Amino acid sequence: MRSLIDIFELSTDEVDRLIAKAEDIMSHPTAYVDKCRGKKLATLFYEPSTRTRLSFEAAMYELGGNVLGFSEAQSSSAAKGESVSDTARTVSCYADIIAMRHPKEGAPLVASVNASVPVINAGDGGHNHPTQTLTDLLTIKREKGRLSDLTVGVCGDLKFGRTVHSLISALSRYEGIRFVLISPSELRIPGYVRDGVLENKKVPYEETTDLDGSIGKLDVLYMTRVQRERFFNEEDYLRLRDSYILTPAKMESAKEDMIVMHPLPRVNEISHEIDSDKRACYFRQVMYGKFIRMALILMLLEIE
Amino acid sequence: MNIDSIKNGIVIDHITAGRGMTLYNLLGLDSLDCSVAIIKNVASSKMGKKDIIKIDSEIDVDLDVLGYVDPGVTVNVIRNGALVEKKKIELPLILNGVIRCRNPRCITSTEPSIPQRFRLTDPNGPVYRCVWCEARAKAKNENE
Repeated sequence: MRSLIDIFELSTDEVDRLIAKAEDIMSHPTAYVDKCRGKKLATLFYEPSTRTRLSFEAAMYELGGNVLGFSEAQSSSAAKGESVSDTARTVSCYADIIAMRHPKEGAPLVASVNASVPVINAGDGGHNHPTQTLTDLLTIKREKGRLSDLTVGVCGDLKFGRTVHSLISALSRYEGIRFVLISPSELRIPGYVRDGVLENKKVPYEETTDLDGSIGKLDVLYMTRVQRERFFNEEDYLRLRDSYILTPAKMESAKEDMIVMHPLPRVNEISHEIDSDKRACYFRQVMYGKFIRMALILMLLEIE
Repeated sequence: MNIDSIKNGIVIDHITAGRGMTLYNLLGLDSLDCSVAIIKNVASSKMGKKDIIKIDSEIDVDLDVLGYVDPGVTVNVIRNGALVEKKKIELPLILNGVIRCRNPRCITSTEPSIPQRFRLTDPNGPVYRCVWCEARAKAKNENE
């Protein structure tokens, strides 16, 4: 029995196989409608997350399975003080697989140690969110046709955005990847990614504060939200929030086949006028999230 | 200065000068009934100065604590006045219950029944990280 807590528990080969499985599901959806018949997914969401929870639930329903669970800690036994490990043991008696989101870092790992069914980390605070990274990889593969030989720009909050750190680390395992790291100086990529991943693996990268001057060389532009809760004072937040807004004017300098990604929800970092641009793929990215989760559920339940 | 030699017990030698008291506390030696001597700033040809702890009883010493606080110490087991075992202590790969995770976002901060466990991720630092949240442990001298 296997769980997925951190994306790096998967080898590149396993990631590629998951992507291939997701693509097969997209091509032959009817072949998968009964794959999880009689199986139950428990979605244990200790904090609200509409997109991720619905994506897991939709994935299980499309595989013919059922879903049970809760969407906030107040409606669970956690409100009575039950530990994560006790909840994991209990839910293992009802469900065949668990997807857990928790505000505390490490909670899904604690659950996986105590559960007798596979546990998928659906996000633990700002720590890990492996299915987002898998979603991002599938999106790039589908939209660009490859995961190698790409110039990938990541823009916005590169300091606190764990999504970005995981994506950079995961993409660094592929050949010919170059990064352009675009952020205000206050929100630069942390040392553990710059030194621990990029320098360590000799992945070419440049750091810049200039989105306008960099956009023309990108194959992929990954936008992120500058989150209010990361700042100690409102003034800094308001000053930086609007630093990197993607507008139609900026898109004029971008390649015709560049793709724009975003983990969503967005606030105002991508102008709504971009939504109708064929290069904007953040809503397709949401759809890919469901298919990669279907592939992951099948893998962890050991269903072909 | 003379400290009686021990007949049956443990001698923790080659402690970095100044860390003897830290080890005394972390090993819980204050709760022992037997004689315990902490000898500070002993002249050492290799180390210049060192601390030594002599325990007049053959207790189980937490080697993980020793390895974390002061890798390089030696533990000598004495029986009937003779040295029967000499253990060279190295950095432990896993620390169980030795230090606490200080990350307020870690699951251990709200669920005290979860064991405090750290993994050695970089022996050169050395760097230990919480196995649950991966937060880096504070450097040893910050715990002293």
